[in-house]
Amino acid sequence: MSNTTTPQPQNVSRRDFLKVAWAILGGVAALETAGVFLAYLQPRLAEGEFGSVITAGLVDDFPLNSVTHVPNGRFYIVRINDGGFLAVYHRCTHLGCTVPWDSTAQKFICPCHNSQFDQEGVVENPPAPRPLDLFAMTIENGEVRVDTGNIIQRQTYETTQVVYP
Amino acid sequence: MEEQTPQPEPSIFERMRNRLSPEGLPTDDRGRMRMVVDSLILHIHPSKVEVSTLKWTYTWGLGGLAGLLMAILGITGIILLNNYTPAAPQAYFDILELNSNVWFGELIRNLHHWSANLLIVVAVLHLIRVFVTGAYRPPRELNWLIGVAMLLLVVGANFTGYLLPWDQLAFWAITVGTSIISYVPLVGGWLSNLILGGPEVGANTLLNFYSMHISFIPLAIFGLMSYHFWRVRKDGGLTRPKSASQTEDAKVERVTTIPHLVHKEMIFALAWTAALLLFSMFVPAPLEGIANPALSPNPAKAPWYFLGLQELLLHFHPLVGAIVIPSLVIIGIFLLPFFDLSLESVGVYFRSARGRSLTLLSAGLALIATPIWVLLDEFVLNWTEWLPTWNSLLSNGLIPLVVILLPLILLDEWVAKRFKADTEERVLFIATYIFTAFIVLTLIGIYFRGPGMNLYLPWNMPTSH
Repeated sequence: MSNTTTPQPQNVSRRDFLKVAWAILGGVAALETAGVFLAYLQPRLAEGEFGSVITAGLVDDFPLNSVTHVPNGRFYIVRINDGGFLAVYHRCTHLGCTVPWDSTAQKFICPCHNSQFDQEGVVENPPAPRPLDLFAMTIENGEVRVDTGNIIQRQTYETTQVVYP
Repeated sequence: MEEQTPQPEPSIFERMRNRLSPEGLPTDDRGRMRMVVDSLILHIHPSKVEVSTLKWTYTWGLGGLAGLLMAILGITGIILLNNYTPAAPQAYFDILELNSNVWFGELIRNLHHWSANLLIVVAVLHLIRVFVTGAYRPPRELNWLIGVAMLLLVVGANFTGYLLPWDQLAFWAITVGTSIISYVPLVGGWLSNLILGGPEVGANTLLNFYSMHISFIPLAIFGLMSYHFWRVRKDGGLTRPKSASQTEDAKVERVTTIPHLVHKEMIFALAWTAALLLFSMFVPAPLEGIANPALSPNPAKAPWYFLGLQELLLHFHPLVGAIVIPSLVIIGIFLLPFFDLSLESVGVYFRSARGRSLTLLSAGLALIATPIWVLLDEFVLNWTEWLPTWNSLLSNGLIPLVVILLPLILLDEWVAKRFKADTEERVLFIATYIFTAFIVLTLIGIYFRGPGMNLYLPWNMPTSH
């Protein structure tokens, strides 16, 4: 309420100012508390587990045109015909089931909703909305190393995704 | 009062008994009413209740049964804690141990499991009863909102509890169920990571779910439940049942809560407890092999109450099937009492004689239309192939959404014109249609989906996983 008897240059009373100040301070405190809780609840990652860099094997362990499952890293090492590598996350992009490689059909076929992916992980049959995710990988001194903490989502298959020894 | 022989020095037990109930059990109406008012537990009831609200076929005792199940779940849940470690894979071995080496361990687990599943059914039936009798209308809107919030919490409690046995069933149902979170626009990936405690279901998820299951969710339900009961009294007790032809309220007649209501409740609670105990003695809660993240079972299904949603996912882009449609339905349920306002028909099952026919018509139409649409979409409609250049959110989301919504809108217009249905009857018609469709989808998900999520007849279902 402004004071009508004595007009003032600014019509915010001391009471109103304190009310607003308290409301703002309270709001800030609530936001801080929410921030603390959210930060506290962030996922914890342990070294050496899924989420760290995993050595899949030596380059020569993987023949041309082959798909090899590395279960503890949750990925497949796909070696395509020209000798390039892909580390394909074995989790279906539809609802998260583990997608097995069907070697007779030469496809990844998800048991949950029948999504199908070719050797490079590209969708051949929906409902999966995008190709299988990749992990960042490096090849040093003939060792294939996959960073399972670095999941790469993609909309299409491009040759730039392939890593060469 | 009965004559008592005077005693010079009451024993400590008598003094304690006198503190709890100073006059012993009352024998007259005045004493019975005072006992209700003075008692912490009984005072959720008024001292006298309206005779017509005691009619068993009006409420079916569903709210009380939900309360009883919460109590059973609380008690069995607390003692289950003593034999459970929320760590993978120890959790699974604890359940095996519970089933084989703990006195009554399997019985307690079964009782917890079946009560939790029954609670979902009972809570939904309670919601339907309140809806079809119009009992959520002013001044009871707030209690409707609280009830719906509790239903969501009950589903949350059930879902978080589903993971705890850490078997294949639990692991993959939660994997499929939580993958839906990542389709939430903008924050989906971040939210999924937060809830799962990592990119996929693992040891962190188990701990997160355990903590939610035993602390936040039950506390929130307990708080809301107490408030829900209290509001029933504040809003003037239960709505009074009326028949469709009845134009004026019947004469109000009240009887004392003790014994007329309390005795009924006790018999009801005892009968249900006995039935649940018997059922739990003979039907074990499911338990499969230990969770194996490398091997998805075929088919991998979400918990049964989410299978209607999972069925939607087979027909829609995930954003539409798992986020847009369920959100619209939940918001619609929350808002129901705000556009269905007629106080005339409160207490009349299905609003009116015409409302009753329209409900049957609506349920019948949905019962026929839903399976036809599922079959059409499974074998004929293939929007993504017909419109290959379109974004799949349009071709597999918006177009099928229009395909299912258009008939409903036309039906609603037709009902309004042909039967001169008013707003409350149209609300009833649409809600019945959507609910029936959801039930049909859930049944298809439970009984007709087999390996590869292909359609099978239940008696031809391949048994291997």
